[in-house]
Amino acid sequence: MSLSSSVGNSGTAESTAVQNGTAEVPAGRAVSRGARTARPRIRLRGSFALNELATMFGRIRNLALLGALAAIPLALGIAIKLTTNHPDGGGGFISQVSNNGLFLVFSSLTITLPVFLPLALGVVAGDSISGEAGQGTLRYLLVAPVGRNRLLAVKGGALVVFCVVASFTVAVSAFVIGLILFPIGQVTLLSGESISFGAALVKAVIITLLVAASLLGLASIGLFVSTLTDTAIAAMAVTVGVTVLSGILQTIPQLSSIQPWLFTDQWTSFADLLRDPVYTPNIVHNVLIQALYVAVFGSAAWARLSSRDVLA
Amino acid sequence: MSPESPTIETHGLSKRYRGGQLAVDGLELSVPQGAVFGFLGPNGSGKTTTIRMLMGLIGPTAGRVELFGEPIPQATNRVLPRVGALIEGPAHYPYLTGADNLARYDAADRSADPKTRNARVADALERVGLSSAAQKKAKAYSLGMKQRLGLAAALLQPRDLLVLDEPTNGLDPQGMREIRSLIKSLAADGTTVFLSSHLLDEIEQVCTHAAVMSKGRLVVQGTVGELGAGLRARLAVTTPDAVAAEMVLKTVLVAAGSASGDAQVHVEGDRVSCDADGLEPDAVCAALVGAGVRVFAFGIERPSLEDAFVALTGEGFDVAQ
Repeated sequence: MSLSSSVGNSGTAESTAVQNGTAEVPAGRAVSRGARTARPRIRLRGSFALNELATMFGRIRNLALLGALAAIPLALGIAIKLTTNHPDGGGGFISQVSNNGLFLVFSSLTITLPVFLPLALGVVAGDSISGEAGQGTLRYLLVAPVGRNRLLAVKGGALVVFCVVASFTVAVSAFVIGLILFPIGQVTLLSGESISFGAALVKAVIITLLVAASLLGLASIGLFVSTLTDTAIAAMAVTVGVTVLSGILQTIPQLSSIQPWLFTDQWTSFADLLRDPVYTPNIVHNVLIQALYVAVFGSAAWARLSSRDVLA
Repeated sequence: MSPESPTIETHGLSKRYRGGQLAVDGLELSVPQGAVFGFLGPNGSGKTTTIRMLMGLIGPTAGRVELFGEPIPQATNRVLPRVGALIEGPAHYPYLTGADNLARYDAADRSADPKTRNARVADALERVGLSSAAQKKAKAYSLGMKQRLGLAAALLQPRDLLVLDEPTNGLDPQGMREIRSLIKSLAADGTTVFLSSHLLDEIEQVCTHAAVMSKGRLVVQGTVGELGAGLRARLAVTTPDAVAAEMVLKTVLVAAGSASGDAQVHVEGDRVSCDADGLEPDAVCAALVGAGVRVFAFGIERPSLEDAFVALTGEGFDVAQ
């Protein structure tokens, strides 16, 4: 019932109530229903893509994942603050945090990229299609009809948004905590020059976007695995497992010939943005690997979903 | 769509699952426009597999499906907005409210107007009696409420065809009655209803047409009247004077021109019955009373769909495959 019609209804009911006292109850119901539907009206209006995002970011589980990601910079910041009297303890970005809070952003991204971000993404990506299949909603989406290609496109698009949101959750949380706990000022690059805080902030935003882009290969693997099974937890486990496996393969010297093709190979390349001039080959390599994975596993997911018998 | 094309039509429709099991075998189904079509069969007879193929969820191994004269699954995006479906029980997002569940299904349908979404969601919830639970999370719903929510999803838009797989599952008797009257009112508006069920009473009460599946094959289809046509109505008397009643009925049958009355009179305790064909019940009753038979109950029994089913398949209805 739209707001206007519920207002009209209650108006009618009220005018009836003048003649007949028993009409008061339905009038009250109509008004309260209009008031109660006011909230989802705004949130769920529009296309299926918006609905998918609202569902993704309205789900407690996913908010908890993002909350956990936001807590990591806090833990890191506090740990550094408490041990700030022993500067020889850490290396790389972490050793610079106590001098410049902005480095908490780079440190947090460095720490979360290999484990925590893939873990959160693995849960969401692995769940994307298999979760719908497992709870049976996939068949109702398909008979709605959502269209199999559209469903895959919306799910894939939502995963891209999740990668960006997850990366920025870490970055923004780290930035705020760095601002609170540590001094802010000029930033000394890895190549030795100093740049202004504003210029460094721009670099931080670009680095966060690069981290999000680094996750896209894994997102497409998760989406593909998710089309293979109706058991969401299995798809999540495989997606996270693939990341661990890739990390292990990275450390075996005998496999150096395949290592450039692993999606984790150039995950640390974002640090090259902190040089002057920016050292681009590894960054480009990373973006190309991710694009390749998206193309291969995106196509595989499409081939699978478009032909699959939906039995769940 | 030509006006005379059936709402649902299948030709040689077959499905063999991996593992070799032939779930549906050469199905020739034809559901006329405006029918309330009962789709009957024991558990495991291939009803749900057929419905999944009708909806384009699974591809047939052989044969083809047409909805409104258009091929499935090629035309699913064009055809399915006109179809509301409840397939193998309801499914929902447990972490969304009832209203948000419906809004999501509605958003998935590109032909649905987002401007009228909330009105249609509230309407659908109202029709199935869930308005008061609209803002409750679906995980808090009872089985019957979930079933109602599934029905509401099928009613989000005016539909030309409703495919309802066991719609009264999990409902209490009052709920079942509500659903039946809902189906009747939808059918009165011209919606074709395809209703699968293993409850024969239910089919008998609401359907104009029916088809019977057994072990993946279509045993018979036609109007409900036609299905029972092979079976004759029986005249039955309940009396403590069974022997006397038997004698009277035999005489009446011979008088009515039956070759031999003997075989046709059936005595079962205090219940005596015979074929009602060609008999005039009032005359028979008078004859019984005239012969001093104490009549406790007297009537013509129409064959039930269950009788038809047993006659057609030679097995009880609840025999699983």
